[in-house]
Amino acid sequence: MNDVAIAPAAACTPASFKSAVKPVWCPGCGDYSVLSAITKALAIIGRPPHEVGVVSGIGCSSRIPAYTSCYGFHGVHGRALAAATGLKLARPDLTVLVTGGDGDGYSIGGNHFMHACRRNVDLTYIVMDNHVYGMTKGQPSPTTEPDWDSKLQPGGTQVRVFHPLVVALAAGANFVARAFAGDPNGTAAIIAQAIRHPGFSFVEVLSPCITFRPEQKEWKSVVRPSPVAATDDPARAARLVMTDDGMNIGVLFAGNRPQYPLNQGKAAMGVADLEAEFRI
Amino acid sequence: MNSATPTTAVAKAGVTIALAGSGGSGVMTAGTLLLAAAAKAGAYGLMVRTSGPQIRGGEAAALVRLAGSPVETLGDGFDLLLAIDWSNTHRFADEVPLGAGSVIVGDPDEGEPPEVFLATGARYVPLTMKKTAKALKGSWVNMVALGFAGALAGLPQQALEDAVRDDWKRGDEALAANLAALAAGYAAERGVTPPIAVPQLAHVALHTPRWSITGNEAAGFGAIRGGVRYVAAYPITPATELLEWMAPALAKVGGTLLQAEDELASINMIVGGSFGGVPSLTATAGPGLALMAEGIGLAVASETPVVVVDVMRGGPSTGIPAKSEQSDLSFAVSGLHGDAPRLVVAPTSISDCATTTQWAVYLAEALQAPAIVLSDQFLGQSRAIIDPPADSGLRAKRLTAAANNPDYKRYRNTESGISPMAIPGTPGVTYTADGLEHTEAAVPSSNSKDHRLQLDKRERKLALFDYGDAWADIDGDGDAAVITFGSTSAAVREAVARARADGHKLRLIAMRLLAPLQSDKLAKALEGVRHVMVIEQNHGAQFWRYLRGNFDLPSKPVSYHRPGPLPLRPGELHQAITEWRKAA
Amino acid sequence: MNPQQLKTLDEFMAQAYAMELDAEQRYTDLADAMETHNNREVAELFRKMAAIEGRHAVQIMEEMGWKEPPAHVAAPAFEGYESAESVPIDDVHYLMRPWHALQLALVAEQRAARFFSELAMSAQAEPIRKAAVEMRDEELEHVELVKEWMTRVPQPEKDWAIDPDPPRYDQ
Repeated sequence: MNDVAIAPAAACTPASFKSAVKPVWCPGCGDYSVLSAITKALAIIGRPPHEVGVVSGIGCSSRIPAYTSCYGFHGVHGRALAAATGLKLARPDLTVLVTGGDGDGYSIGGNHFMHACRRNVDLTYIVMDNHVYGMTKGQPSPTTEPDWDSKLQPGGTQVRVFHPLVVALAAGANFVARAFAGDPNGTAAIIAQAIRHPGFSFVEVLSPCITFRPEQKEWKSVVRPSPVAATDDPARAARLVMTDDGMNIGVLFAGNRPQYPLNQGKAAMGVADLEAEFRI
Repeated sequence: MNSATPTTAVAKAGVTIALAGSGGSGVMTAGTLLLAAAAKAGAYGLMVRTSGPQIRGGEAAALVRLAGSPVETLGDGFDLLLAIDWSNTHRFADEVPLGAGSVIVGDPDEGEPPEVFLATGARYVPLTMKKTAKALKGSWVNMVALGFAGALAGLPQQALEDAVRDDWKRGDEALAANLAALAAGYAAERGVTPPIAVPQLAHVALHTPRWSITGNEAAGFGAIRGGVRYVAAYPITPATELLEWMAPALAKVGGTLLQAEDELASINMIVGGSFGGVPSLTATAGPGLALMAEGIGLAVASETPVVVVDVMRGGPSTGIPAKSEQSDLSFAVSGLHGDAPRLVVAPTSISDCATTTQWAVYLAEALQAPAIVLSDQFLGQSRAIIDPPADSGLRAKRLTAAANNPDYKRYRNTESGISPMAIPGTPGVTYTADGLEHTEAAVPSSNSKDHRLQLDKRERKLALFDYGDAWADIDGDGDAAVITFGSTSAAVREAVARARADGHKLRLIAMRLLAPLQSDKLAKALEGVRHVMVIEQNHGAQFWRYLRGNFDLPSKPVSYHRPGPLPLRPGELHQAITEWRKAA
Repeated sequence: MNPQQLKTLDEFMAQAYAMELDAEQRYTDLADAMETHNNREVAELFRKMAAIEGRHAVQIMEEMGWKEPPAHVAAPAFEGYESAESVPIDDVHYLMRPWHALQLALVAEQRAARFFSELAMSAQAEPIRKAAVEMRDEELEHVELVKEWMTRVPQPEKDWAIDPDPPRYDQ
C-alpha cells in the first residue's frame, strides 16, 4: 500500500514523463521497471516534466534521461553527482534526480558519491545495481561477489563488496533506502518518498541484468520487505545496516540532517559596488 | 644595472626594490604597504611575491617596481635589495639581479650579505633594523625597512604613514610605535652618506582614480562583471586566491561558490550549473586543467558554455607550483580527445585579466562552448596599481529557446552554427544534453551524417563568429614583427620600445584570442612582414609551433623561448631582438 | 490487498484500473524492447496485448463514469511483487517466439483471473463482490482468447534460444 501522500489531482500522469524514445535495454532488463517507477513517482510528486532535471553518467542505466520527457543531462562516466550538484545549486527551483549504475556510481563515481552524501544537497540519487558492468560486456563491479568469475578477473576479484547503504549512511546521506525492480509499484513509492525527503536521498534499486547475470532472476524469490520500519536515528540505522544481507527492501533511514543551504538568489549589492574594495 | 641600459625615459621609468627576509620578518606586508604608499603618492606600481616552499617561516621577498606610469614588468634589475635577514636569501639571487648601480641594505647584526649579491658590485649600506625596532617597544622590524625603502624611492613620508594607518588592525599604542619605527627607517635613509643615488619617483598628484588589485582578483571581478554567478572549484596554487576572492563577492551579488572535492567534480559541476542556464566558471592550474580535460570535452560536445581560468605555473606534472610559465598553451589549444573546438584567450596584463575574463564569459555564452583563460602565476599573484579597467559592456547572453515549440531541435544545424538552447524550466522544449554524438534533435547517434554535421556545426560556430579587434593588440610597422601572448607581453613591449629607440622598425602583435586562430586577421596584421620572432616563456616553443602548424608565417620564423621560473626580462629580449634584426 | 480495507467500489475499481494500466504499460515496454531487438513478430503480439489491456482500462472508466482516471492509485501486488496481470519483466528473452509470448500472456491472464476470483470469494461488500466476479469473468475470457490464439501459432523450435554471436557491445 502507498503510504505516500498523494499530490493534488490534475497532476501529470506517468505517461507524460515518458519520452517517445524506445530504450535499447535488453528485453528482461530490470531498468524498464525502474523507468516506469520513476515516471510513477514523478507523477505522484506532481511537478511538470520541464521542471525536473534527470542527470546521469555512463552505463546502461545512465541512458534513462533521454527516455523521460524531463530536462536530461547525459554526462561522463562517474560524474553524474557532480553535474547534478551543479545543476541544483545553480537552479534550486528544479527537482533534480540523478541516475546511474553500480559501476558508474560506486567505482569511478565513488569519491563523488561519498561527498554528495556529506554535502546533503537536495537531490535524489537512484542507482540501478546489477552487480556488473553491463555496457562493457560483463566485468565485475564494486558490488559483485568476490568469487564471481569473469574474463577480466578470472576466479573473481577477491575483493570484499562495496556496501552502498553503509557508506551512504556513514557519509551523511539524509535518506537511505533499497528497492527492487521486480516491485515497480513499491519502488515508485520509495522514490516518491525519497524525492519528497529533504537533503540527499539515496535509493539503491536491485535491478537484475538478464544478459550478464541471468542468475539474478532468483532475486525475486530472495528479496523481502525490511523486517524493521524506517528510522530517523542514524545510530540505529547503522546497527541495522551492518547486519543487512543486501536483500531487505524498504526505507532504512529517513533522517533530520539540515540540507545544504540553497541560494535564495538575493543580491545584497550590485557588481559596481564590488569595485569599492579595489579603489585607492 | 644591465649594461644595455639605454638613456630614454621609457626604460628609466621607475625604481625597483626588493625586500627580503625569512618568515616573521613581514617583508610581504612591507611590500604591499610600499605599493599602497606609492599609489597614495600618485604613482603606479607592481609587486611580485616570491618565497620558499615552507607554509610559514620560510624565506620570502617582495619585489616592487614603482613608476609614474603603469608598471607591468619588474624591468631588468633592482635598484635596492633590502634584507631584514639573510636566511636562504641566496635562493632569490636569480630573481633579484643587481649591478654596480644597485644598493644592498642589510642589518649588520644579521651578518654579511651572501657573496652572490656582493659579487655584483652593488654598494653595501648597513642599517640596524632589529635593534631599532626592539628599542621602540611594540614595533615591527619591517616598518624600519619600509621607511628606508620608501625614502629611497622618493615617496613622501606622509604617504607611507597613511598607508600604514589604513591597513592598521592592532590598536593605537602599537600604531604609534610602528609609525616611529617607520620614521626611524625613513630618517636613516636620508642620513646615509654619501646619499644613495637611485632613480626616484617624481611627485605626482593623484588626479585619476586608481585600483590596487592582483591578476587573480581582476579575473574574478571580470567574470562577475561578465555575468558569472556560479563557481565550483578546488584549491590549487596559484589559482586559490581567485576563488577565495570570488567566494564572498559572488555571495554579495546573489551567486554561489562551492568548494568541490576535486577538479573532476569542479568541471562537471559547472557544466551542470551552466546546463541549468547560469553562467558558470572554475579556476585551476595545469594539473587541474589536465584532470578537467574530459569535462571540458563534455562541454564541447553538449554545447554547454563554461569558463575555465588556468593560472599557469611551472610544469609538467606538479612542476613548480609557485612560479610562472606559459607551458599550458599546447594543452589548452589541443588537449582534448576527439575533434573538439574550444575558445582559448590569454590576458596580457593584470588589468587585462578583468577585461579578458569578462570577454571569455561573453564568448562562451554566445558560442555555447568552453573558454579557457590562460592567465599565469605572475599575473595572478602579483599586485599592481592600475587605472580602473573599463567596462566593455559585454555580458553573458545566451541564445535560448522559446517555450512550447513543437519543432524544437536543440542541436539544429543553423547557418551560424549556434542553435537555441532550452533552459530547464521552459515548457515544451525539454531535451537531454549529451556527450554522445547526436542528431539535431539531441538523440544519440553513431551515424556518419550526424557526426559530420555536428562536427561541422561546432567548428563553424567558432569560425564564423565576429571577434572584433580584441583578438590581439597590434602596434607599429615595418617588415619585422614580434608576436607574443599573455604575461610576456609587457616585457616584450618594453624591449620593442628600446629596439625602436635604437632605430629598428618593428610591428608588435600581442595575441589575446589564441583559439580559434584568427588566420585572416593575422595575415592582415602581417602584411608586408618578412621576418617574424615569436617570444614565449616555455621550453617547447609551444606558441611558435602552434602558429607554424596552423598558419603560413613568413619564411624561417624565429623563436625566442625560455621556460620559467624566471620572468623574461626586457633587457634580454631587447638583446635577442637586436641580434635577430642584425642577422636578418 | 485486504478486501476489508476496500471501503468503496470506487476504490476497488481504481485498483483494477491501475492493474490494467500496469499490464498495458508492461506489454508496451516489452513490445518496444522486442522491436528494438528486431523481434518484430513478438513485438506486434505484445502490442496487441497492450491494446487489449488498454481497452479494458477504458472500459472500466466508462462503466464507472469517471471523467478523469483516478490518480496515483497503485495496483496491489499479487503472488509476488508485481500487479496481478503484468508479465514479469524478466520472463522474456530477446529471441523468444510468439508462442512464448502467448504463454506468458496466458499465465498473466490466469493470474489476474485468480486474483479477482479470490477477491470475489472474500469480499464482504456486495457491490465489490459483484464487480470482482465481473472482472474475473473478463479475465477468463482473455484466457480463452489467448489459448485460442496459441493454437494458431507454431510451437518454437528446439534451438530457438541459440545465438551463435556473443552479446554485442552496445555503444
